Amino acid sequence: MTIDDLLKQQPLTTISEGDTSREISQVFCCDLLSVAMSKAPADCAWVTVMGNVNTLAVASLTDAACVVLAEGTVLDEAVIEQAKVQGLTVLATGEPVFDTALAIHQQLNA
Amino acid sequence: MSEQTGTSGVELKYMVSPDDFTRAGEASSKVKNILKQMGISPDVIRKVSIAMYEGEINMVIHAHGGDITVTITPEEIRMVLRDDGPGIPDVEKAMKAGYSTAPEQVRALGFGAGMGLPNMQNYTDEMKVETEIGVGTTITMSVHIEG
Ligand SMILES: Nc1ncnc2c1ncn2[C@@H]1O[C@H](COP(=O)(O)OP(=O)(O)OP(=O)(O)O)[C@@H](O)[C@H]1O
Ligand SMILES: [Mg+2]
Repeated sequence: MTIDDLLKQQPLTTISEGDTSREISQVFCCDLLSVAMSKAPADCAWVTVMGNVNTLAVASLTDAACVVLAEGTVLDEAVIEQAKVQGLTVLATGEPVFDTALAIHQQLNA
Repeated sequence: MSEQTGTSGVELKYMVSPDDFTRAGEASSKVKNILKQMGISPDVIRKVSIAMYEGEINMVIHAHGGDITVTITPEEIRMVLRDDGPGIPDVEKAMKAGYSTAPEQVRALGFGAGMGLPNMQNYTDEMKVETEIGVGTTITMSVHIEG
């Protein structure tokens, strides 16, 4: 399943668009950056409420496929700009972390 | 930043600016890209990325920045992270998973799980912490390249 497939089925807003043909391996949830740093699987869809520049750094270093900001988390303009420069896909939703992750998981395993 | 290729391998040097969270992680990202270009295995790149990012962030959060020297040889990737921050009073305690003195405003950014030093330990083959109160901390880590 690619990010494009995800966007077709889930009501997610695109904040920053990277390579949306990228495959998603699995869903990962965590807000503590040093835990995410060691545990986020490569090519994951990382669902988090932690929306700052450090999220981008961790996503890029762990090779996450995309970041999904849940619970209405917003990014500063400068951070959005940086995500675009990095070519990182950042999506957003007002839904809770669990519901968002579950929906992506179900689509992955459908 | 400087990059040098010699007979002893490639040496990369980075300055880590103090209290600049917007740039923290920059050195680690650069090193990751260079290792990728060199064709280093993804497993080694992952270990180096984790260890160096945690060390780099600690230099920003807990010290006043510093410098990082990365040496790449066919056998290993060696990282030396040097800061002239406050030093670590009890290294054994600091190395414990969950131990953190991160201030509230830093925790609000997602730091402070107390997992940085344990990650650095777990994802490297060698790690040495030299620290002196009021003088600074130097952490030397090495990730071996198999085969
Ligand atoms: N370079 C440093 N200079 C001074 N103290 C440090 C340094 N690095 C770590 N420490 C001390 O060791 C503690 C543990 O560090 P560690 O990286 O494991 O956790 P943390 O940075 O507090 O949280 P996390 O890394 O999980 O976001 C820190 O809270 C700090 O007290
Ligand atoms: Mg840390």
